[in-house]
Amino acid sequence: MSDTTQTIEPIVKGRGIVKRYGRVTAIDHSDFDLYPGEILAVIGDNGAGKSSIVKAICGAVQPDDGEIVIDGEKVHFSSPIEARDKGIEIVYQNLALSPALSIADNMFVGREIRKPGIMGSWFKMLDKPEMQRIAREKLTELGLMTVQSINQAVETLSGGQRQGVAVARAAAFAKKFIIMDEPTAALGVKESRRVLELIKDVRSRGIPIVLISHNMPHVFEVADRIHIHRLGKRHAVIDPENYSMSDAVAIMTGAMEPPPIEQQQLSPK
Amino acid sequence: MADVQKSTRNRQDFENTLDSSDANVASFVYEQKGFVAKAQHFLHGNPTMVPVIVLVASVIIFGLIAGERFFSPFNLSLILQQVSIIGILAAAQSLVILTAGIDLSVAAIMVLMSVISGKLAVELGVPAPLALLIGFGGGIGAGLLNGFLVTKIKLPPFITTLGTWNIFYALMLWLSGAQSIRGEDIDNTAPLLKIFGQAISVGSARITFGSILMVIVFAVLWYLLNKTAWGRHVYAIGDDKEAAELAGIRTDRTLISVYALAGLVAAIGAWASIGRVGSISPTSFYEGNLQSITAVVIGGISLFGGRGSILGALFGALIVGVFQSGLRLAQVDVLWQVFAIGWLIIIAVAIDQWIRKVSS
Repeated sequence: MSDTTQTIEPIVKGRGIVKRYGRVTAIDHSDFDLYPGEILAVIGDNGAGKSSIVKAICGAVQPDDGEIVIDGEKVHFSSPIEARDKGIEIVYQNLALSPALSIADNMFVGREIRKPGIMGSWFKMLDKPEMQRIAREKLTELGLMTVQSINQAVETLSGGQRQGVAVARAAAFAKKFIIMDEPTAALGVKESRRVLELIKDVRSRGIPIVLISHNMPHVFEVADRIHIHRLGKRHAVIDPENYSMSDAVAIMTGAMEPPPIEQQQLSPK
Repeated sequence: MADVQKSTRNRQDFENTLDSSDANVASFVYEQKGFVAKAQHFLHGNPTMVPVIVLVASVIIFGLIAGERFFSPFNLSLILQQVSIIGILAAAQSLVILTAGIDLSVAAIMVLMSVISGKLAVELGVPAPLALLIGFGGGIGAGLLNGFLVTKIKLPPFITTLGTWNIFYALMLWLSGAQSIRGEDIDNTAPLLKIFGQAISVGSARITFGSILMVIVFAVLWYLLNKTAWGRHVYAIGDDKEAAELAGIRTDRTLISVYALAGLVAAIGAWASIGRVGSISPTSFYEGNLQSITAVVIGGISLFGGRGSILGALFGALIVGVFQSGLRLAQVDVLWQVFAIGWLIIIAVAIDQWIRKVSS
């Protein structure tokens, strides 16, 4: 299938994935590849099934057919929590933050650290200083931190700051890869810029990212490869260096034939 | 592929002006604020301060009106004693309200469990500790039923507990035959049931075990809510259930545990209520559900979930007790106590709405 001679194995390899909802086929024998260290953008028209395929990979929906191999291991996640236990983090469009809880509490929700010894094991006491320390460290690494604010409630942050917290949470715990669903959709120009830098920072730390976005300029700026989804299938994978945004949109909407398979970017350069 | 075009991987033209603009988007800035905004912000961070301020203010005002009779150790300990049962119910209620739910059945669970324990111990000769344990188990079971209906059948908490309130109340009337179990009978067969009516005297103050139990219940629940992961999850669910779910919290399991714990606390309240009333009466605490909600709301816990401290409910219960005591000592007609509590509820909710509008 591949047009290159490279032998790096994808971190996610999906083959022939099928998902039907009653008589609607949301994913129709689609393939999917994510390689180490890259940002893979997934674009597609509304209803093309791009979120369905990403949901199938992170366990939010269970495919009816096909196989998903992550890091050489065949997986069948029954929920995103299971995927998370395997080191797969998702930044949801609505961010999945609890507004009234602090930044530190939010970063550790569902995987809190307990105090060592009897206080932790018997009385289940949280180790708040440790969680605050790690949260501060992670935010500082991504350049999101000024000193006094780790116990600030998330609802007092701006949209960009909240996105920053959600991305930092994902980056702090992702061992395999991160899925980001429309991370710039709700943001202004400046905040989008900040988040795009953040996405590149995360990549430079070696964590691959699946980026779902409608925003072509953002996709073309950060993506290493672009997975174009159409009618429930992987329609083409292109290199953003070689195609224009209008080409991508044309391929996505069917106005233009996808390039022949040899010219596609099925694996990184 | 023919038309290879120029790279679009640089940043966009329209963004070129950004260099000269302020880049402090993702940093945290504190601005100067006016007094009102500062107060609003402070209260937002410390939601329990409102009931504390109201409590202190009402103690001072009633102290001035009613004089030293109000401030006598006897009267103050009496207030504590009078609010102890509603206080325990309010603690149970707080748990559920923090999840953005409501439990109309807490008082019905309490009275039902006091009847069950009483019937078993006094009339059927079951050892008192076992009868109480069965009551606790019943409280947990009743709470599990509420939690199951809310999470698995996905009924709104209000409707669920409106239904179970009636069901538990009817069961209680059936079991008790609408008859009280007399205090002397309890004293003769199972005095353990009335232990929370006993008191230690410090000077003229008379502190009942029931009052102490209430404080312990609040302390334990405060610890659970603030120092354990479970407690953080309760707040997160009340704040935004969907987000909590996506963030990896098993929300159904947590919610069921909340209702079950509320049921257990109500059953503990049942034990305390036998000592407080001195007998087991099917007609007691009929308004306990609403009084517990009143204490929670006056205590600054948001009915919309996720906000407030459980200690607020304790202060809320005390505020109601102080109002009732103060107005009684000032010889004001009982109807004005009800009138005042009504306004307190409305003002408390209005303040909550105002605090929630805070922005940084």
